[in-house]
Amino acid sequence: MEEKFAYIEGAEQPISMHPKKFALWLFMVTVVMIFAALTSAYIVRQSEGNWLEFTLPDIFYYTSGIVILSSIFLHWAYVSAKKDELVQVRLGMSIAVILGILFLIGQWYSWVALVDKDVYFVGNPAGSFLYVFTGLHALHLISGVIFLIIVLISSFRYKVHSQSMTPMEMCVTYWHFLGGLWLYLFMFLQLNH
Amino acid sequence: MATANLATHGATDHDHDHEHHDNFITKYIFSTDHKMIGKQFLVTGIFWALIGGFLSILFRLQLGFPDMDLTFLKPLLGGWIDDAGKLDPNFYLALVTMHGTIMVFFVLTAGLSGTFSNFLIPLQIGARDMASGFMNMLSYWFFFVSGVIMFISLFLENGPAGGGWVVYPPLSALEQAIPGSGMGMTLWLIAMTFFIASSLLGGINYITTVINLRTKGMSFSRLPLTIWAFFLTAVIGLLSFPVLFAAALLLVFDRSFGTSFYLSDIYISGEGALPNTGGSPVLYQHLFWFLGHPEVYIVLLPALGITSEVIATNSRKPIFGYKAMIISMLGITILSFVVWAHHMFVSGMNPFLGSIFMFLTLIIAIPSAVKVFNYLTTLWRGNLIFTPAMLFSIGLVSFFISGGLTGIFLGNSAIDIQLHDTYFVVAHFHLVMGSASFFGLMAGVYHWFPKMFGRMMDARLGYIHFWLTFVGVYLVFFPMHYIGIAGFPRRYYSWTNFEFSNMYTDLNMFVSAAAIITFAAQFIFLFNFFYSMYRGRKASLNPWRSTTLEWTTPLFPGHGNWPGEIPAVYRWPYDYSKPGAKEDFIMQTVPLSATPESNLPHEQELVKLEKEIIAEEEEVLVANESKES
Repeated sequence: MEEKFAYIEGAEQPISMHPKKFALWLFMVTVVMIFAALTSAYIVRQSEGNWLEFTLPDIFYYTSGIVILSSIFLHWAYVSAKKDELVQVRLGMSIAVILGILFLIGQWYSWVALVDKDVYFVGNPAGSFLYVFTGLHALHLISGVIFLIIVLISSFRYKVHSQSMTPMEMCVTYWHFLGGLWLYLFMFLQLNH
Repeated sequence: MATANLATHGATDHDHDHEHHDNFITKYIFSTDHKMIGKQFLVTGIFWALIGGFLSILFRLQLGFPDMDLTFLKPLLGGWIDDAGKLDPNFYLALVTMHGTIMVFFVLTAGLSGTFSNFLIPLQIGARDMASGFMNMLSYWFFFVSGVIMFISLFLENGPAGGGWVVYPPLSALEQAIPGSGMGMTLWLIAMTFFIASSLLGGINYITTVINLRTKGMSFSRLPLTIWAFFLTAVIGLLSFPVLFAAALLLVFDRSFGTSFYLSDIYISGEGALPNTGGSPVLYQHLFWFLGHPEVYIVLLPALGITSEVIATNSRKPIFGYKAMIISMLGITILSFVVWAHHMFVSGMNPFLGSIFMFLTLIIAIPSAVKVFNYLTTLWRGNLIFTPAMLFSIGLVSFFISGGLTGIFLGNSAIDIQLHDTYFVVAHFHLVMGSASFFGLMAGVYHWFPKMFGRMMDARLGYIHFWLTFVGVYLVFFPMHYIGIAGFPRRYYSWTNFEFSNMYTDLNMFVSAAAIITFAAQFIFLFNFFYSMYRGRKASLNPWRSTTLEWTTPLFPGHGNWPGEIPAVYRWPYDYSKPGAKEDFIMQTVPLSATPESNLPHEQELVKLEKEIIAEEEEVLVANESKES
């Protein structure tokens, strides 16, 4: 009996994941590779010396908090969607979108803080890297906010519910990923400074 | 130009496509059908191959016949030919740069992977289409936009990018350095950004499709080796192209925004020190070659996959060492990411690091040798059928051996000090990567032309094309080894200025003449390709008597590939000349229970299970039908 089971398993579709979801995961792999390349470039460059030392803007702590909060609210919306509690879905997602935009504004103020410390985009690569990390991450986060808004709109059209979770699941995955990516970058900068 | 061609060449299958009525634009231009997108990639790739080949002829004229009066090219090249009829040295640099870029990325990446991954993956795994037809269409059009931008850059006043296809900074980062680092370089970077986006969209689609959309019974251990190769190629691309994007992004910032990622302490003739400080040009090399080396395998693996399929079919033998082939491709995939610094032995890198990379590089010889061995043993005592595709595949094996052997020399960091950036390197990679992949591409076109266009290409013209190209490639690249061992660097405008290389003038003339003949031979293929599309002999459903799924589709498959249900798969794709079988091949769709005469003992066991499963399925079908009625 067991042998038969194995045979069927080998013959049937091995992964039950939705193809679009799978494609999203692959896209996230490419984003990981971009930031892996940039952060390892940072380490290689830093080890060569002539490296500008400065403290990171404190605002990064607040933006990290915001990004965690937005993920929590989004998760609440996701759990509510599974239970078909649509009001909470809309509320949770709206808060997540607002927090996402707040995060972006916070990142902008981190640049202002850097300029106040005389750390510019043009100059020693130590500063330039910081601008590239935050800027490129913010670009991806903007795409995440747009994704959230699209799903939010479709939730107002009653298209997000327990029977139709794929877009919701995808945007939740992407949003958690982007939040995690920021936390990684922040920790990386704290450790390699 | 490419679209103009596309517009016409699907016209023959028009009346066979009853399933849905596309208008002209959705069918031939903004198509989401993987077969049409594959053809779009192919025709665009051919267009770029002609341009890339033509550029190489231009610089071969300069190298082989330095005293030649090139005034006759003035109508085409205008100011790049000076009043004395000489090629402008800056334009020479642009020519080699564009030749490399076009051939590596546009022809052998997009033209090869783009064509055959798109065309064959759904057909060979039994899927209706790619996971996302829309993304697939985007992938082509990003590639198309990238091509348009690169094409425009050819006509700039200061010429296209001229810093070599690797575009090392600081040369490529500073506009003052050479004319080719101006606007041409900017367009190069923009074009490459679009190209990276195109490759990633394509790659995500290929991987998703192979993993998620295989037909019933098509387990990974029953995939044709072509699909394995395309799959692993896409994985390599997915992991390495983002790194090229990161490298290019920092280069853009250095060029246009004044940052100093790659620039430090630079003086340019007459000017004071540039303000850039703290950058590292070696950093760029690391980032670039982290893509650059896997790129070699992005180019080569699909060609090897196609070869496996063509050689097994035309030897009428199962491929030797199917699992060994997969494992060696997996090995190549993994190793391709840990050898990049062998391109940088003389960059001032730590020599200890160099010896590690040397060791890892030489390990790649093992999976490569396994593959060569398996090709040869598949050919050994087979009932060889020399179709043009088969000849091109055997040609690939030949180039893979002769070009691969020189790789062992170059992989040694000590020998590389002498050979680095000489014509020895040029000879090495043109054989093992350029010509081998090009022959894989040609084998694929000859082999799957009947599936693409429902007609056969002319075999006799194919033979002439093969022999001229095969002999031509060796005549072009073999002599370059000697020039390289003598120490002559690549990318130099002229040989005659140096005593030691004066004596190679005749050899260079010979190489150039061979290159022109080889290039001319490609027009035989071009004629054959376009003529056969309309006037070729009508193909039968399975002209090569092959076992894989694409030959179970109708002659002109519509969008959806199979008119009825997708066939299930019951066996591996290499059941050729199975002892006891009625014919010398058994399609993958033939159940084991239908071939008791040729089943092996362990397959006989599987027959019982197969019958039980079929019986169960029928029960479900009957139950469903009774529900409906």
